[in-house]
Amino acid sequence: MADITMRDRPARRSVDAGRAAVLSRFRTVDSIFAGMTLGAALLVLVLLGGVIVSLVIGSMPAFRAFGLRFLYTEVWNPNDDVYGALGAIYGTVVTSVIAMVIAIPVGIGIAVFLTELCPFALRKPIGMAIELLAGIPSIIYGIWGLFIFAPFLQTHVEPALIAVLGPIPVLGALFQGPPYGIGVLTAGIILGIMVLPFISSVSRDVFQTVPPVLKEAGYGLGCTTWEVMKNIVIPFSRTGVIGGVMLALGRALGETMAVTFVIGNAHRISSSILLPGTTISAAIANEFTEAVGDLYTSSLIELGLILFVITFIVLAIARYMLLRIQRRAGA
Amino acid sequence: MTHDAEPVTTAAPPRPAADQDRANKIAVRDLKFFYGDTLALKGVSLNLEANKVTAFIGPSGCGKSTLLRVLNRMYDLYPRQRAEGQVLLDGENILDPKTDLNLLRARIGMVFQKPTPFPMSIYDNIAFGIKLYEKVSKSELDGRVETALKGSALWPEVKDKLGASGLSLSGGQQQRLCIARTVALKPDVILLDEPCSALDPISTARVEELIDELKGQYTIAIVTHNMQQAARCSDYTAFMYLGELVEFADTHHIFTSPTQKQTQQYITGRFG
Repeated sequence: MADITMRDRPARRSVDAGRAAVLSRFRTVDSIFAGMTLGAALLVLVLLGGVIVSLVIGSMPAFRAFGLRFLYTEVWNPNDDVYGALGAIYGTVVTSVIAMVIAIPVGIGIAVFLTELCPFALRKPIGMAIELLAGIPSIIYGIWGLFIFAPFLQTHVEPALIAVLGPIPVLGALFQGPPYGIGVLTAGIILGIMVLPFISSVSRDVFQTVPPVLKEAGYGLGCTTWEVMKNIVIPFSRTGVIGGVMLALGRALGETMAVTFVIGNAHRISSSILLPGTTISAAIANEFTEAVGDLYTSSLIELGLILFVITFIVLAIARYMLLRIQRRAGA
Repeated sequence: MTHDAEPVTTAAPPRPAADQDRANKIAVRDLKFFYGDTLALKGVSLNLEANKVTAFIGPSGCGKSTLLRVLNRMYDLYPRQRAEGQVLLDGENILDPKTDLNLLRARIGMVFQKPTPFPMSIYDNIAFGIKLYEKVSKSELDGRVETALKGSALWPEVKDKLGASGLSLSGGQQQRLCIARTVALKPDVILLDEPCSALDPISTARVEELIDELKGQYTIAIVTHNMQQAARCSDYTAFMYLGELVEFADTHHIFTSPTQKQTQQYITGRFG
């Protein structure tokens, strides 16, 4: 043994030297690679910062003219050059809420069906159809909403809503006025359809991560499919489901084209969801071409800044909720 | 081995005679099981006697877990799995398509190889199953949870943190929680599918003690890869190989004087 090492020694030394050279080359490549990835990560921050800075600078004239009043006044009058964002903020929030009310139960229902109840042969086709739904450009939802869906609502659904729900105190206030077809409700429903694929495909994916044996344990106690879903699968995967919902909410808040088509573009707050309204993104898309004055442009940019902040807050709330839930579940 | 102290039973396991069928909680008759086109159980017949522990041993893939999954029809959750033959629970064929699966699974509890605590508190892990089938007051529920946890020897360890997540327990504690959860439902039969394979020796000993206590009230079937375990805690042992029941007799008999050559080879570690 000993003389073998003796004999190997010179050879070993040159091998070591070669290895050291290779290692130092690796180290150089490694540090270049680390630098590049760091650069990529920083680029995101720079872009984010750049967007914020340019939005803030662009909205300064409007902010100087209206101050905080911009946030809580509803007036939007290009003739007198007076602007307030409340109508657009309200419309953004209400359409998103309507969209979520529709899309969360339906989306989770689709995911439950696909993972637990659907006959095996149908799983792939239905799953793919839902993913295709996510690929439809929003402009198509817009024209479909304007020419087909809104008239349908106007003639068939809204009169019934007004007749049935209108007379109910408090709740009835939501369903007043003539059935225009286009309005906040229509925009909310279209948004709901648009974000449905996000919720259902994310939920389906996270439901599939639940260990089969855990579900079997539930069924083994005599649970029905509903009880297994409600008490085991959804609690187990709620982090992911909430993630999907937040993704959908982010999309709904910012969605522009389809909403612009069907919301009616009126800068006002109505208690009824059947009446026209506007959202932040719809207002910007609709008016930036006709924004002639500096103050008008600046007001639209400030609207954009507000949307940015709202989306940011939604994400922050989502993070906070996830953190709280994880803390409670993980203990 | 504790079995040396026990009186030697020379009687063969219960035969399917009419009067003895009543002592049998479960009677399996010519059971065939298919995964798609693969025949996994090739006509198995045996009886599970009430208030006894029956152990199933055999090399991996011999069909022992499959047999257990037929007894509570867990296989029904999956497409392309089907069973033929008869499984009589108190004389009723549970393979009948009209059987209410939820009720059946509440009557036949199952504990799995890996601990499967639900994503909820320790208390709710137990209370959940009880609340599915019974309307009980809060105080009665508290009592049932406490009894179940004491029954599985977990109570002293968790009594101060019933609100903590079931997932926060150690592996051995989780498995005892799952046994407590199963027992709390007061099932007729308890199926244990390698319940100790993920546990350390101390937790294993606890679970085995528990099995011994539980058999006074329940009929127990246990699948195990650990032959000492089968010898220690079962009354009857079934040796299965390649989807067939090779030998079924009382445990002492199987481990001291097996009639079949394959059984002898397996228990002496010649294969498997």
